[in-house]
Amino acid sequence: MIRIKLSCALAVALLCVGARAQQGAVSHTEATHEAAPFGVVAYPDRPVQPKEVLDRGKAAYSVNCSFCHGADAAGGSVGPNLLRSEVVLRDVHGELILPIVHGARLAQGMPKIDLPDLTVADIAAWLHSLKTGGNMTPTEQINIVTGDAVAGKVAFTRRCAGCHSIDGDLKGFAAKFAQPLQMQQTWISPGVIKGPGMPALHVPSVTATVVSKGRKITGKLGAYDDFSVAITTTDGVVHTVALDNGVPRVVVHDPLKAHREMLPTLKDAEIHDITAYLESLR
Amino acid sequence: MMRFFYAAMMAVCAMPAVAQSLDPSSMLHRDVKAWPTYSGDYTGQRFSPIAQINTSNVKGLALAWSQKLPAEVTHTGGVGTTVAPLGRVSGSIAVVDGVLFVTTPDNVWSMDAATGKVLWHYQWKTRGGTHIGNRGVGVWRDRVFFETPDNYLVALSAKTGEEIWHKEIASFDLQYFSTMAPHVVGDHLLVGTGNDLDEPGMLQSFDPRDGHVEWAWYATPMKKGDAGLETWASVDASSHGGGNVWVNGSYDPETHLYIFGTGNPSAAFTSQLRGPGANLYTCSTVAVNVDTGKLAWYYQTSPHDTHDYDSAQTQVLVDGTWQGKPRKLVMTMARNGYFFVLDRVTGEHLLTSKMFASTNWAESTLDAKGAPVRIPAKDFDFAGALVSPSTQGVVNWQPPAYSPQTGLFYVNTSETWEMFYLTTTDPRGAMGLGGEQLMNLPSNGGWLLAIDYTTGKPRWKHRYPGVTGGLAAGVMTTAGHLLFAPDIHGNLIAYNAATGRQLWHQHIGASNAPETFVLNGKQYVLEAGCDTLYAFRLP
Repeated sequence: MIRIKLSCALAVALLCVGARAQQGAVSHTEATHEAAPFGVVAYPDRPVQPKEVLDRGKAAYSVNCSFCHGADAAGGSVGPNLLRSEVVLRDVHGELILPIVHGARLAQGMPKIDLPDLTVADIAAWLHSLKTGGNMTPTEQINIVTGDAVAGKVAFTRRCAGCHSIDGDLKGFAAKFAQPLQMQQTWISPGVIKGPGMPALHVPSVTATVVSKGRKITGKLGAYDDFSVAITTTDGVVHTVALDNGVPRVVVHDPLKAHREMLPTLKDAEIHDITAYLESLR
Repeated sequence: MMRFFYAAMMAVCAMPAVAQSLDPSSMLHRDVKAWPTYSGDYTGQRFSPIAQINTSNVKGLALAWSQKLPAEVTHTGGVGTTVAPLGRVSGSIAVVDGVLFVTTPDNVWSMDAATGKVLWHYQWKTRGGTHIGNRGVGVWRDRVFFETPDNYLVALSAKTGEEIWHKEIASFDLQYFSTMAPHVVGDHLLVGTGNDLDEPGMLQSFDPRDGHVEWAWYATPMKKGDAGLETWASVDASSHGGGNVWVNGSYDPETHLYIFGTGNPSAAFTSQLRGPGANLYTCSTVAVNVDTGKLAWYYQTSPHDTHDYDSAQTQVLVDGTWQGKPRKLVMTMARNGYFFVLDRVTGEHLLTSKMFASTNWAESTLDAKGAPVRIPAKDFDFAGALVSPSTQGVVNWQPPAYSPQTGLFYVNTSETWEMFYLTTTDPRGAMGLGGEQLMNLPSNGGWLLAIDYTTGKPRWKHRYPGVTGGLAAGVMTTAGHLLFAPDIHGNLIAYNAATGRQLWHQHIGASNAPETFVLNGKQYVLEAGCDTLYAFRLP
């Protein structure tokens, strides 16, 4: 699959002229095969929309949404499965989808896409016209708690107890999460996963120290590339120091360094066991 | 977020004095005034013989012009109803006779290389499709060709941008989408097509005159009796087996072989229906004869892939030295974290080197052919399998480079992690991936590597600052002993190619691989930063 991170914002504009698509010379379909039909209509209660609405919705979806949510709306590398999305299931005419498209879930990583309301309604109509394979479960929660809590306690003591305590900073940790999967993601890499059901955990900032013109500057690390570093000191002042081939040297203090360094040695069984242990304290 | 709003404005542009035309046979020789094909020449080295800008004077490199891609349209075509966003420049920019041809999905601009002034802008009205990127145009005589996301090959007049013809190259209904830059080899137009559902990848050769298909090579066995079928469970599995062709390869004029990479097999993760075999010819470097479309040899870099590790990276052809003797080589750094050196005439495997100790999806020992051996327990798990690299890979489409001056292969990399969970298989599939939920973990950093191909080990490497890091755009080397490489923070940086010392930089949000050419006696360095082009030269 093609997968890259979209490092610059996609510009969005739609101009629907309603012209009927011309037919090009078909050559490839013969060489392969016709697409197979799929199961039942997912939304029998929704009014059937005219073909031109569905065509507009499909085209707008594929241009604006498919890279994240999959060409078939069943989920991609980044975006969730829309066929099983509770929002899509409850939405009727795009009224629940629209605010999300327009930025209501920025914090959860859903970009604001500047689509006209009518275009979002077209997309909703197309989503509701899709057929599924029959699995109508609105959301799927996989049971990831398969490990051994006793072994997990041993692993936790070895791996984690140097910095964390289940009676101290991790008291009630698992209970803060709607799903064990979110809890697992968080203990492996704190602060990475955001979204519904995620508690507001305190993840300490990365700090840095640099000595510039004889003066030692320590504070919160800001923009940092090979040519400058920005450090915000406790008085709120941003100090920008020019760098040249590693001089002056910037010493980074990463509070999650132990978590990052754990990744290469962490075994899957340990992950499952530690998760089971933390869940047992829920 | 930057936004463009389209106006159906027709701009009247003066035509340039030069006549853009490219004799295909001229591409067999490096012309410093041109960047006529995806990698600048057929080798994929992205090495320019121009030495005007060098390690001594590069610090004086200054902006000659910049140009934001304008939305004004002079020529329109297409079969759909939708005008897609302008997108960003992430492919190659062709340079011929002092004129640039710049693309984003559905769009081609022609610009004066001396000023950046737009000569024409062609826009394709699309039926939709995945608008992820376009890798550029192919130039053949007085025509330019490009592929659209909804699978048309479009021929335009290089001089005016007027459409000559368009032709459907794959089914849109089967969720194909096309990104590759048409690769001109003689009078062949090589066209790759990708698919993120479950259709087979393919490379087709078109006649640039009228667009008729000369041959089609499928990346997977399509019928009983096809070679490689024994590595699949059935014809049904193989003919829906993926192996997509979505980035340009390289061409060896001596053997007439087009050498390129194929994508992952489908379904990517839940691989049981594919059978236990290697699933040829997915995740492979393949050599196809451009005259016949027949496979000459293949080398599979990820047998029976289960991690979406496309091997669709540009191969680098080098007339090098192997164990003291001259040898015709091909090198590739694959998304799965391994660097490979092969004999490009025979496909014989010579070297495999793991780039990061953290890469954990394969055994520590290689198979008989030198390929990594996957660990099935690292495919996925209900409770999660911790895998490195992620599906983004250690590398991706961003092209590498090679310098014959240093003998080093240069590539931007990222040390990535991901959790692979098994979920209920949805019969509709999700990008053809099947039954998997992924969770990205932070990268352990972005690195620029300078790899000695004789050992497979980095001679030098540079870690981009910060605690984590992504994957920066592609790189270029020049005879001025320079390496031009974008970083993950948006800088275009010039390095001493031998030592890795940084000599010059500009912060422009670099989004494609840099290029260089000579115009009016001056060497230019060209780089795109999302929707803006920047041309640098010495004062």
